[in-house]
Amino acid sequence: MLAFIIRRLGQALLVLMAVGFVSFAMFKFMGDPVENMLGQEATAADRAELEERLGLNDPIIVQYVRYFQRAMSGDFGVSYRVGLPVGEVILERLPATLELAFLSGVIAISLGFVLGVYTAIRRDGYVANFIMTASLIGVSLPTFLIGVFLIWLFAVNLGWLPSFGRGDTRSLFGVDLAILTVDGLKSMILPAITLGLYQMTLIMRLVRSEMLEVLRTDYIRFARARGLSQKTVNFGHAMKNTMVPVITVTGLQFGSIVAFAIITESVFQWPGVGLLFINAVNFVDIPVMSAYLLLVAVIFVTINLIVDLLYFTIDPRLSVGSN
Amino acid sequence: MTKTFLKLTAASVALCAGLSAVNAETLRWARAGDSLTLDPHAQNEGPTHTLAHQMYEPLLQRDMEAQIIPALATSWEPTEDPTVWEFKLREGVKFHGGEDFTADDVVFSFKRAMMPTSAMKELLNSIKDVRKVDDYTVHFETNGPNPLLPNNMTNLFIMDSGWATDNGCEAPQDIANGGDNPCVRAVNGTGAFVLESRKQDSETILKQNPNYWGKGEFPLEVTEIIYTPIQEGATRVSALLSGEVDLIQDVPVQDLPIVERTDGLKLNTAAQNRTIFFGMNQGADDLASDTVDGKNPLADNRVREAMNIALNRDAIKKIVMRDQSAPTGVIMPPFVNGWTEALDAYPEYDVAKAKALMEEAGYGDGFGITLNCPNDRYVNDEGICQAAVGMLGQIGVKVNLDAKPKAQHFPLIQNKETDFYMLGWGVPTFDSEYIFNFLTHTSTDKLGSWNATGYSNPELDAKIKSLASETDQEVRNATIAEIWDTVKSENLYLPIHNQVLNWGMADKINFAVQPEDQPHFKFLTFN
Amino acid sequence: METQSPKGASARPEFTEKVATSTWQRWMDSDIWHSYKSKPVIVVSSLVFVTLVLGAVFSPFLSPYTPFDPSSLNLMNGFTKPFSANDFTGDYFFLGTDDQGRDVFSTILFGLRISLFVGLVAVLFAMTLGVILGLLSGYVGGWVDGIIMRVADIQMTFPSIMVAMLLYGIGKGLIPPDLRDEMAIWVLIISIGLSEWVQFARTVRGATMVERQKEYVQAGHLIGLKRWSIMVRHILPNVTGPILVIATISLALAIIAEATLSFLGVGAPKTQPSLGTLINVGRQYILSGEWWILLFPSLTLLALALSVNLFGDWLRDVLNPKLR
Repeated sequence: MLAFIIRRLGQALLVLMAVGFVSFAMFKFMGDPVENMLGQEATAADRAELEERLGLNDPIIVQYVRYFQRAMSGDFGVSYRVGLPVGEVILERLPATLELAFLSGVIAISLGFVLGVYTAIRRDGYVANFIMTASLIGVSLPTFLIGVFLIWLFAVNLGWLPSFGRGDTRSLFGVDLAILTVDGLKSMILPAITLGLYQMTLIMRLVRSEMLEVLRTDYIRFARARGLSQKTVNFGHAMKNTMVPVITVTGLQFGSIVAFAIITESVFQWPGVGLLFINAVNFVDIPVMSAYLLLVAVIFVTINLIVDLLYFTIDPRLSVGSN
Repeated sequence: MTKTFLKLTAASVALCAGLSAVNAETLRWARAGDSLTLDPHAQNEGPTHTLAHQMYEPLLQRDMEAQIIPALATSWEPTEDPTVWEFKLREGVKFHGGEDFTADDVVFSFKRAMMPTSAMKELLNSIKDVRKVDDYTVHFETNGPNPLLPNNMTNLFIMDSGWATDNGCEAPQDIANGGDNPCVRAVNGTGAFVLESRKQDSETILKQNPNYWGKGEFPLEVTEIIYTPIQEGATRVSALLSGEVDLIQDVPVQDLPIVERTDGLKLNTAAQNRTIFFGMNQGADDLASDTVDGKNPLADNRVREAMNIALNRDAIKKIVMRDQSAPTGVIMPPFVNGWTEALDAYPEYDVAKAKALMEEAGYGDGFGITLNCPNDRYVNDEGICQAAVGMLGQIGVKVNLDAKPKAQHFPLIQNKETDFYMLGWGVPTFDSEYIFNFLTHTSTDKLGSWNATGYSNPELDAKIKSLASETDQEVRNATIAEIWDTVKSENLYLPIHNQVLNWGMADKINFAVQPEDQPHFKFLTFN
Repeated sequence: METQSPKGASARPEFTEKVATSTWQRWMDSDIWHSYKSKPVIVVSSLVFVTLVLGAVFSPFLSPYTPFDPSSLNLMNGFTKPFSANDFTGDYFFLGTDDQGRDVFSTILFGLRISLFVGLVAVLFAMTLGVILGLLSGYVGGWVDGIIMRVADIQMTFPSIMVAMLLYGIGKGLIPPDLRDEMAIWVLIISIGLSEWVQFARTVRGATMVERQKEYVQAGHLIGLKRWSIMVRHILPNVTGPILVIATISLALAIIAEATLSFLGVGAPKTQPSLGTLINVGRQYILSGEWWILLFPSLTLLALALSVNLFGDWLRDVLNPKLR
């Protein structure tokens, strides 16, 4: 078990290094940060001097090694754009993204489950068929369009919900969260739906197909034959069996929720790490971009590790090294 | 709320500060970008200066009509020695922290802004020394006479020397070496508003300064400002339409009619101090991106002339800019010293004549070239370029459009890696010399840094250099006129238009648009 | 679940797919035809899809204007309303014009062409890659299987838009500037394709593992048939059904992924806009009253993706014997 974890962590570190290198190789083509950092009055000499000071003239590999050495000691540099330490900026923004991802995950899972179970039980009903078709609309349009449309409908025309930002926040253990206030929750509804719609459809369809399959298994048939009520069979036995794969898949999707948050956050001016990343890209804020990509890599490595460990515990046949 | 009532309110605020909370008038303000830093000398950039202007003050500033008015200085003039300017400072001014404002703070702030890590140093490079004469008098010594010295100071903010030193930010922060300093997060200015809280890219709250020296001089009807950057144009306008904010800058041109149509909202408009134009590489022997071998079609003034009259500026104004632009024939907005109506006149759109000129120059069959264009810098920049591509196509110039984010576009101009490009130019000093220094002087280490046309005219360069120290205004203006004549007749640039600024706001707000896009909220009134 | 390996690095449940090995014969079975006929939604969506494909293929002949030839454009035609003539020029545009005076109907036809091209080629690329790796993994097993499945796991969790953004960044640096617009499409295809191959590989691997144990494959091996020929000739036909289902759903995913990327500025370039690029441009007119610039491309994309999705859905149900 320990060996397994160590091996996986080693692989994870390799992935991190690779992501870091790829991103460093890429930054060179994203533009010149110096251009944004100096005003229009700057002379060629000023620019050359700043480039030298930032170490942008060094070969990529040198910049990369230097960055990694510093990052290892927890120093991610100072943002070119806002002049604050990158670690601080990201930590300040991360709760906003995580709570948004959390709420959209909750919406996606709960709605996905309910609708999935319903459409499985009423397999050929009109309502079920309608839900199945309608749910596809959510995955047949790009996220940003859905977000813009929701703003147009609910903020501009109906005036029910805020169009941007995070609303009021309340501090919990020193972390500002919008999810704890009514105003904040209202601000979260539209972005959370935009972000969660895709996952909801995915989960609903998965629950439905898992349910359909379980409902056909012998033991459910026996349960029915034994005279257990429809409700007990459906919710007590059948649904329980669909849980594990659904939760696994949802976990695997966490990485893409964080990635898609880039789009949702830009549309709704949600001050999370996704918006930070987009701003960094526009400004060629190399320290922030590197740290963000590393963060995404860390998140996805962690998810992988957790999933692997889960399998390991669930299925003893997957004992390590047996092959 | 009636105006008289508010006036009464304001009066009672002055009498009894305790009441102000009851009659607080909050302004919720949004624009596309956030201020980048609270350090007043670390960035030379519009939105950063705008926020700083609410809390910090310069010696003199531009008001809502862009006229220079006294701020922390009460008078300024050259002494008998034209290289020394004397500034008299306002007395009895206190910083937000309670410290007295004196000449030491001015000397400290200017020296700080001239340090290598400052972003403001280029505006001050004519200054040789700043000296305290007494507590309320400061002398600026320049390298040679500089008649325009005050024009360079309108965004140069004064910090408290004691506070800055105590906090360890004697120098603007050095991003390269991981320098972090408290002045990036905190503010101690003399301005009309005090920083209450700030979350980068999210929300900044300012409260009115109860001890502001300008009470009675400025309306000061806003008691609280909540500033939120909203990047997406549609979201920003949505926030205004739904009443979540009271004032937005950067209204996308296509959304102007709906803001105007909506009950309870209005639109204020003013010409902006920024011209949009195309530059052409006319100095090179051969162009990298064209389809002509061995020669440079843009070197021929007839070709440049043809391109100039092939641009249908009125159509660009009408369709691309929705009437929100002022087509022009010169790369200078009307605010600038040197501007005349004759220069501003633009040639009539005439495809037949343009084609004839192309024929005459030997390019009857046209040629191909790449146009570099930003896509996130100016109002509808990419749309203007696309339109120009179509128009030039009609006279046989087959343009391949390369539109890129600003971070990739501007280095092309600075590194002279483009043959045909879009650029916009604002003139913070409101004088032609500024334009000549950057755009028409031969590109050297110091001057002509934005001149990617390859144009070099020693005679013109000499005239430009003479402007810096010419103290006789009439002679100076005559030289400016001569330079413009050359620039225009040579078709050095293809001017398109001057941008127009639009601010959308709630009906209750009285606020004129400032030509530099710099709202100063102490001037704002409610009706 | 036959896709689960008895041993190996790891195995995870499939989330769009649970199809047993079905045969080509079953695919041609009249049951399917019967099901098709009895589902009007499916009939309509397949007709819509075919119409859109035909529109894309014949777009050069169908479009009344040449929207991407700048010299043919008249700026004064900008923002013409649909179903009416322009006030100044008198030109008529069926679905109106955009900010540059381009005919929206024509731009949609060309956009459809790009969107479908990117989607189809990306899926083809993903399928080829996935099938080859799946066969290898399932048939050879051992460390080859271990590595391939490990990479697949990593690919699964790594968000597709991240892959695309990274690849796009690198691609932009490696490609000379004058070829960038043309190559942008291929960079897109590769990045989208790379995020879709795992499904194919997993399915093929599972089926291969089952088939490998069967007598006819063992026998073929004994009589000296080459491994590749056994795999290709005998195993592939068995997984045609599931692959088809995955391909259909991936096509919809790929088309939407491309549209989403255009928001981030890494989609199809404006000189060769896809439906996503058109929507991203049209998005700024949502409040301004020029609704046609946004609405028509959005509806087209919706029709395209929805019809593919519905068809894929139906295909999955009908090909899955467990659900019959």
